[in-house]
Amino acid sequence: MSNERQKRVRNFCIIAHIDHGKSTLADRMLELTGALTEREMDEQVLDNMDIERERGITIKAQAVRMIYKGEDGEEYILNLIDTPGHVDFNYEVSRSIAACEGAILVVDASQGIEAQTLANVYLALEHDLEIVPVINKIDLPGARPEEIIREIEDVIGLEAQGAPQISAKNGINIDSVLNKIISDIPAPKGDEDAPLRALIFDSVYDTYKGVIAYIRVMEGKVAPGQTIRMMHTGKEYIVTELGYLRPGGQIPSDSLMAGEVGYICASIKDVRNCRVGDTITLASNPASEPLPGYKKAVPMVFCGIYPADGAKYNDLRDSLEKLQLNDASLMFEPETSVALGFGFRCGFLGLLHMEIIQERLEREYNLDIITTAPSVIYRITKTNGEEISLDNPTNMPESTEIDTMEEPVVKATIMTPTEYVGSIMELCQDRRGTFLGMDYLEATRVILNYEMPLNEIIYDFFDALKSRTKGYASLDYELKGYKESNLVKLDIKLNGEIVDALSFIVHADKAYARGRRMAEKLKDTIPRQMFEIPIQACIGNKIIARETVKAYRKDVLAKCYGGDITRKKKLLEKQKEGKKRMRQVGSVEVPQEAFMSVLKLDM
Amino acid sequence: MTAASHDIGLYIHIPFCARKCRYCDFVSWSGMEPFWEPYINAVIKELEQKSQIVAHRHVMSLFIGGGTPSLLPYDAVLRIMDAVRKHYRLLPDAEITIETNPGTLDHDKIRAYREAGINRLSIGLQAWQDHLLEFMGRVHNAGDFHEAVIMAQNHGFSNINADIIFGIPYQTMGDWIDTITKVLSYQIPHVSCYSLTVEEDTPFGRMKREGRWQDPDEELERKMYSKAIEVFEKAGLEQYEISNLAKPQYRCRHNMNYWLRGEYLGFGIAAHSCFHNERWANSSDLRQYMESIERGINPLGECYYITNEEALSESMILGLRLTEGIDLADLSSIYRTDVRKKYGEKLADLAERQLVELKGSVVRLTKRGMDFANQVFIEFI
Repeated sequence: MSNERQKRVRNFCIIAHIDHGKSTLADRMLELTGALTEREMDEQVLDNMDIERERGITIKAQAVRMIYKGEDGEEYILNLIDTPGHVDFNYEVSRSIAACEGAILVVDASQGIEAQTLANVYLALEHDLEIVPVINKIDLPGARPEEIIREIEDVIGLEAQGAPQISAKNGINIDSVLNKIISDIPAPKGDEDAPLRALIFDSVYDTYKGVIAYIRVMEGKVAPGQTIRMMHTGKEYIVTELGYLRPGGQIPSDSLMAGEVGYICASIKDVRNCRVGDTITLASNPASEPLPGYKKAVPMVFCGIYPADGAKYNDLRDSLEKLQLNDASLMFEPETSVALGFGFRCGFLGLLHMEIIQERLEREYNLDIITTAPSVIYRITKTNGEEISLDNPTNMPESTEIDTMEEPVVKATIMTPTEYVGSIMELCQDRRGTFLGMDYLEATRVILNYEMPLNEIIYDFFDALKSRTKGYASLDYELKGYKESNLVKLDIKLNGEIVDALSFIVHADKAYARGRRMAEKLKDTIPRQMFEIPIQACIGNKIIARETVKAYRKDVLAKCYGGDITRKKKLLEKQKEGKKRMRQVGSVEVPQEAFMSVLKLDM
Repeated sequence: MTAASHDIGLYIHIPFCARKCRYCDFVSWSGMEPFWEPYINAVIKELEQKSQIVAHRHVMSLFIGGGTPSLLPYDAVLRIMDAVRKHYRLLPDAEITIETNPGTLDHDKIRAYREAGINRLSIGLQAWQDHLLEFMGRVHNAGDFHEAVIMAQNHGFSNINADIIFGIPYQTMGDWIDTITKVLSYQIPHVSCYSLTVEEDTPFGRMKREGRWQDPDEELERKMYSKAIEVFEKAGLEQYEISNLAKPQYRCRHNMNYWLRGEYLGFGIAAHSCFHNERWANSSDLRQYMESIERGINPLGECYYITNEEALSESMILGLRLTEGIDLADLSSIYRTDVRKKYGEKLADLAERQLVELKGSVVRLTKRGMDFANQVFIEFI
């Protein structure tokens, strides 16, 4: 049972597909509850990072506390926990969801439910959250709220007749959403006198305070000065400060009690000691069991990241370390490539996570980087019985030493208008997908379920899906496990020498096509040089594709007299600059784009 | 010979042509006859104004280039020559060249040049085939060249250069060999043999941008180059620079001075100078140039101070154009630094790539290095 204090608290999150208006709705609620004046608003307060704003996605979970006077005249504390909106951050989503009693499901009035939304709704339902459907963008010409309400009822089985119909953008009916939160979402429960159990749903790093953990207190209470223990990592810290979260800052408080959402600082230096999903308890009176659902973040996608300018290696390492302060799921370790020199093998939760990190390195840290083709983790059983995990194709053992090889497979859920079913099936088939089933959402939309190897998805599956469906299809996937597969390592030789950074692992059936495409692509990317450059794609010693970059026959300025010298010097300087941007691989100069071109083979 | 002479060169730019060739990106125009006279006056004035800069230095070469200086009435050239002699210490044996085009020369002009002390004629032949001449936008034909050469030789000019071009679209190896053979048949002692370069701001450049240009086959182009060297050398014209060949004693001293990084002054619009650690260019705006001169101001376009380091770099990239190469010991004493040590690693790497060869303290481009000279030069930029 909730006590009197708890009865006036609501903890909720918002589930929405990208672009369906989650952040805008959050902004309007903040405005309406006075947590933020219009003047303070820098559109979409919750998405702090530039990349988040540009891509319209939330990467880091955020939380804010709002005070709102309900229809009954009482003041309520509304804690909004903003969840990451992408499949790569599924685990983080699940922890945010676990911190709430309810979820607002925002659905675009013209587009309806999307694959990822559905996945997150199911996740919320699993955690017994009360779902409050909200129909957004009702003022747009294409809005068909009645159909969408029916879709929500048919697909999810939720009562949606009374769903608020709003326009977050234009501030229409926002109060009805807040009232619905109070009336429909249950108040938190949890014994204030029980031993402390607080769920960490995110953390950020602050230069002065150390790690700031975002927590939901499930049971018990905590105050500054107390010694807390992380139940999974076992680390103990003394609480220096705690309190509530508001846009762009924190409000310190004396304590946090069961049912409340807030932050806690305890001079924690390493974000890895404050893991999302871990349970905080008190060292003096520990809980017997941690909260359920903790998982260690496991990177699924790997790639090499190298500084374009070898001298920037230390800068790259420093930047990765800084990023890791706020992102415990980012992993990296030094690696060396013959072609690219010193760099790092980095592990990511997924492709988006990888792209975000790459983009942040380039934009926030001003680094020019070269990334190698992404890889997944393969499991190899060698003929001598040894078992290894492989995240870098370069380290693949000789085929004669391999007994069996397994690759990760995912369950992929694709939602699409029916007209694209044929071409999506073709695509999935081509990517070695196994058809699991198809369900109709409504007469014109279906869900397709496929089992697919992850290594097919990480190439350019998203792009291919988008281009085949004009962007209408949405994708969600979850790791299902490992399956034995006939995989080979494809090497690229330039002028007879293997370029390690270009090697990748591919299913034997697809090796020929991909090898051929890759050789063609490299032929277009590598400029002509003083000698002919054979480009070979090979599996072991067998060459499966060959292209040639013809040699140029001359590179000489015919005239250079008194008036030409200054100009010719400039020309030569420009030529030298161009050469500097090349990587010397053996005797061949390879432009940086070549290492990335394998990511986009358009197959 | 790596060190340049202490004596200087003078260059005078005449920016007028009967018609602009389609590959030409020099500062020159056709149809500017009203400007000829005032322009020559300005140049003469500039010669006077700048004479103080070089004070007592001797002038070992004078080059009147363009454009087409031979287009001017000969008295204009005579006036220029008078001004040079009046204000500069022209050595008695100075090389004095005028650039000419077939079709612009006549007996009176050639006689006048001769009398004014001009002792070298450079004639733009480019190709022996009239269809190629037309394609390039030249105003003359092969017959005009014949007449020009015969006339010049009859008036006592023996030091003659012919400019010829290879790598022209539609030019065959047969065409090229014909051109070479014709040049040789006149006993011309100096040839400038250029690979056609398509510059951006030219009609050819536009054709290229618009996709209406067919690059000649590179293989053929290089064969033309080596064929030319082979045939000319057999006839006694030795290659001494990437694009220049001459009989012994006929090397162009004016140009040698550029490649040896000697000092020179340029007069006229867009003319370049290199003197006392500075490189500068006159304005390339005709009106601005003439107004500046009129008002007694320096008609400066751009100017660069050359550091010792840059000067050495220039010495390398210019000197390596010469077949005899560079004596690094000479450079070391000029620049008071151990050049061999400074560039040792680069030179060894280039030698391994068979682009240069080192013999004692002399480094020079190999045959292959001549084809890929830029790859060598960028190492010293």
